[in-house]
Amino acid sequence: MALNSKIPEGPIKDKWTDYKNHINLVNPANKRHIDIIVVGTGLAGGSAAATLAELGYNVKAFAYQDSPRRAHSIAAQGGINAAKNYQGDGDSTYRLFYDTVKGGDYRSREANVYRLAEVSANIIDQCVAQGVPFARDYGGLLDNRSFGGVLVSRTFYAKGQTGQQLLLGAYSAMNRQIARGKIEMFNRHEMLDVVKVNGKARGIIARNLVTGEIERHSAHAVVIASGGYGNVYYLSTNAMGSNATAAWKIHKKGAFFANPCFTQIHPTCIPRSGDYQSKLTLMSESLRNDGRIWVPKHIEDAKALQQRKMKPTDIPEENRDYFLERRYPAFGNLVPRDVASRAAKERCDAGFGVNATGEAVYLDFASSIERYGKTQAKIQNLENPSKEKIYDLGKAIVEEKYGNLFQMYEKIVDEDPYKTPMMIYPATHYTMGGIWVDYNLMTTVDGLYCIGEANFSEHGANRLGASALMQGLADGYFVLPYTIGDYLSNEIRTGKIPTNTPEFDEAENDVKERLNFFINNKGEHSVDYYHKKLGKIMWDKVGMSRNEQGLKEAMAEIKELREDFWKNVKVPGKLNEMNPELEKAGRVADFLELGELFAKDALHRNESCGGHFREESVEIDGEQKGEAKRNDKEYAYVAAWEYKGEPSAAVLHKEVLEFKDIELKQRSYK
Amino acid sequence: MSGFFKSSIGRKVAMALSAFFLMIFLIMHVSVNLLSVFSENAFNTASHFMGTNWLVQFIMQPILIFGVVFHFVMGFVLEVKNKKARDIAYVKNNGAANSTWMSRNMIYSGLVILAFIVLHFIDFWFPELNYKYIVGNPEDPTRYFHELQEKFVHIWRVAAYIIAFILLGLHLAHGFTSAFQSLGITAGRKKTLQSIGKAYAILIPLGFIFIALYHHFNH
Amino acid sequence: MNLTLKIWRQEDSKSKGRMVDYKVTEISEHMSFLEMMDVLNEQLVNKGEDPVAFDHDCREGICGMCSMYINGEAHGPDRGVTTCQLHMRMFKDGDTITIEPFRATAFPVIKDLVVDRSAFERIQQAGGYISVNTSGNTQDANSIPISKHAADEAMDAATCIGCGACVATCKNSSAMLFVGAKVSQYALLPQGQVEAADRVRNMVAQMDLEGFGNCTNTGACEIECPKGISLENIARMNRELMKASI
Repeated sequence: MALNSKIPEGPIKDKWTDYKNHINLVNPANKRHIDIIVVGTGLAGGSAAATLAELGYNVKAFAYQDSPRRAHSIAAQGGINAAKNYQGDGDSTYRLFYDTVKGGDYRSREANVYRLAEVSANIIDQCVAQGVPFARDYGGLLDNRSFGGVLVSRTFYAKGQTGQQLLLGAYSAMNRQIARGKIEMFNRHEMLDVVKVNGKARGIIARNLVTGEIERHSAHAVVIASGGYGNVYYLSTNAMGSNATAAWKIHKKGAFFANPCFTQIHPTCIPRSGDYQSKLTLMSESLRNDGRIWVPKHIEDAKALQQRKMKPTDIPEENRDYFLERRYPAFGNLVPRDVASRAAKERCDAGFGVNATGEAVYLDFASSIERYGKTQAKIQNLENPSKEKIYDLGKAIVEEKYGNLFQMYEKIVDEDPYKTPMMIYPATHYTMGGIWVDYNLMTTVDGLYCIGEANFSEHGANRLGASALMQGLADGYFVLPYTIGDYLSNEIRTGKIPTNTPEFDEAENDVKERLNFFINNKGEHSVDYYHKKLGKIMWDKVGMSRNEQGLKEAMAEIKELREDFWKNVKVPGKLNEMNPELEKAGRVADFLELGELFAKDALHRNESCGGHFREESVEIDGEQKGEAKRNDKEYAYVAAWEYKGEPSAAVLHKEVLEFKDIELKQRSYK
Repeated sequence: MSGFFKSSIGRKVAMALSAFFLMIFLIMHVSVNLLSVFSENAFNTASHFMGTNWLVQFIMQPILIFGVVFHFVMGFVLEVKNKKARDIAYVKNNGAANSTWMSRNMIYSGLVILAFIVLHFIDFWFPELNYKYIVGNPEDPTRYFHELQEKFVHIWRVAAYIIAFILLGLHLAHGFTSAFQSLGITAGRKKTLQSIGKAYAILIPLGFIFIALYHHFNH
Repeated sequence: MNLTLKIWRQEDSKSKGRMVDYKVTEISEHMSFLEMMDVLNEQLVNKGEDPVAFDHDCREGICGMCSMYINGEAHGPDRGVTTCQLHMRMFKDGDTITIEPFRATAFPVIKDLVVDRSAFERIQQAGGYISVNTSGNTQDANSIPISKHAADEAMDAATCIGCGACVATCKNSSAMLFVGAKVSQYALLPQGQVEAADRVRNMVAQMDLEGFGNCTNTGACEIECPKGISLENIARMNRELMKASI
């Protein structure tokens, strides 16, 4: 089967408009006879459900949490990009498009990214109309910030809780439709399979997580908006419940999975403190504007820090290695996420880590505090201010900018980051890879759509800050509602989809069989035992830095672990009750398959690009020696994998990426 | 509007309005009584006016009684409803960690005040009604001061009054600012309001206590 | 450290619950409270017992899912944190910790420490939105300037995470802080003015219908709120409802 991305013809700036002008529409009177299932209610799913309902379709929305408002989009801190050019600093749709493609290391589809940039401005208008309290300046107009990897200020924000406010906006739009009866909301429900009838997605099998009941739901189209698969690493900045089950189930039913190895490791997270650690907490990228990253120059100092025999403040300036400033003098501490993460790992692997686990580097605000303090002293006309005065003045500025983050850090680590440098370490944060979709956001299964982080998306091999929120809302509010109409215009005569058909029977039986197995298996290890083991394999061998041998080992180890899981997993409790262990078992079972495909994809892509770093593909000499080396000749394509019974047997399909509007260049931050 | 007073917020607004009325009444009451400390004549004049003026007797007095009864009944109704809002109690609850004793125990301070009012009616109001309207004695404008003094001869009564006034103070310590908050009046005035509330909650009961003690030791 | 846990166990919404004692050992002070619960559950699973069900998700204090009443306080003894952000360093070796679900008639227990907070959903559905189509064909975002002060205040109200700690804490199980925060967010913004009167009336009516208690202004909710939502929001809601009713 050849992949058809269905990109419209014509110049890039007209594609979306022309496309919208020519697609088929569904008459309003017919929309009320058409049902759509939306799985996941984060930014993408929530905005899609609300908009589809508003258009007149009957929407059934599913969330595993007790409310759509809990989806993990809520945790996004920094902001949302939009090419509004309110600051008059030269921003434009083209620039946002260009930055996103370049930031993604030229592994995304031009037409999709351009469309994203095009609708980005609408998102801000929409959210303000919904009552999202974005930050404003004293004139009452919207304020912007700047984020890594770009030269303009285009990031809109609501304190450090932009994701929360945008999600609550989408949630409010959903609530309006729930109240009107146009959305039927299924909270505490988990989708456990998709049902295909004559090759088309026609429904899902879901488990009511309160009663344990298995339910059938039918629809004319199914939309998957279930987020990313970062929890394949066990430890990540994702929520505990974030999972890949919905995405993996549709993959097994025919939806291709694209670029699974493109995963973003975020450099500024609070380090792991012990084996009991259940999740990692992100500290906003914005901290790197003022914090300087360092480790000791001498290994003895690092050892002393690891054994807590020394404090960071005991190490004099000349014995510190500001490794990002040293390696990347042009961008310094503001290099993109993937570069910063790898540099930190390199230092820690060499033994220079600064905490007990040896997996942490410092993010130091002392020099910013001093610099701000001196500026403030000048502004206030203070002559010969004392050191303490300068510190106090500077601290006030830093507090104003990052107060809530510093407080969050202090609550978790129990150290005052104003006095002693923060400790940070990279952690899995976002997955650029995901279900392959065409220009319409439809997967390789008819009537089955995938939006938001769950699809392979517009971020290529690396996502820029503040772009995830943009993509989720663009897909849900402004793209899918159009493109799905084109498909559904052929469904107006279909009528209600019955659920008492053999296809539903079969899917339900498969689901029940698997759940029964878990409950009845008399194993000896908990689900978490396997999840932790999988996470360790993934982190060690399919983490920030990958090589052929490690990846092959990882594939073998994951397979072995999976086989052991199916023999020895232990799930307590009953089927027909709230059973969190049973929920986890199903999710981990899917991660155990996805992890292997992930490693396989990483193994096949013998180039370094974006979040994917292959030790075999580095610059050998010259100024860029040791840096990632992309291979456009052989790998400028999307790797879409077709399921063939075993992850290792997956078949590769290539969607070759054509770059007509952007010239491919090497990313250099030296 | 009728819907408003059936809503939870409407009810607390009604509670607050009756509270305001009663708090104004308390200021008047303590002011008149304080006259007894300074001048027997002034007190008698004021009391005579209050006891015989038809506006006070037949308009203000019924309104006041209605206000008292309304505040109590509404207080009980809300208490019962609020209790029902938590069907299973906590095994361990640390209320002191986040609220004052006064705010959590308005119903109990209120009950003590209710008991006091009963006593107070037996002491003053029923004899007064009896004197004026049942037996129909001729009005003696100089009788009030002595009636007042007599009541505070016994130490037990003084003690009961003092306890009741302390509870009144505790009730007011929360009630004063609470009434403002219920009416939506806090913006930017919180600190000032709290100070005024504190002063009010201390001075009014203190005034009554002072009067009781003064007459106990000076008869 | 070693701890004794007294935990509310209840099989489902229909069963009667009871407090059960558990012991956990070798708890690190760096653990979060929920990681301590993970240790307990791992222990129970390995023994073949039913682990304690509790709601949790983001574990970084923003999703509002976690909901435990710890030693008599919603989200435990620390301030400005949710249960998932509470750390074991707040406790001492040998402590006994009492863990109960958020209690309110309007929040029935589903299992163990998991409660049903769908009453909040229905209140939001009654009017917690601005009736604007999601087409994006609205006016430009900067066409109505909003004072920074109002925008910031609206943001402060909007930071509510809907966890229900206010209800759990309130001696009357009142939901006024939650509802007040939502009413305030929209009341402070020009976009919310058009439907302001209907919104507050409908949301308050739904709140009353759900069986939450009345506010007696103890202020406990504001103190226990992990996001520090101010009591001023309740005052504003009272004003809004009075305005809407006159």
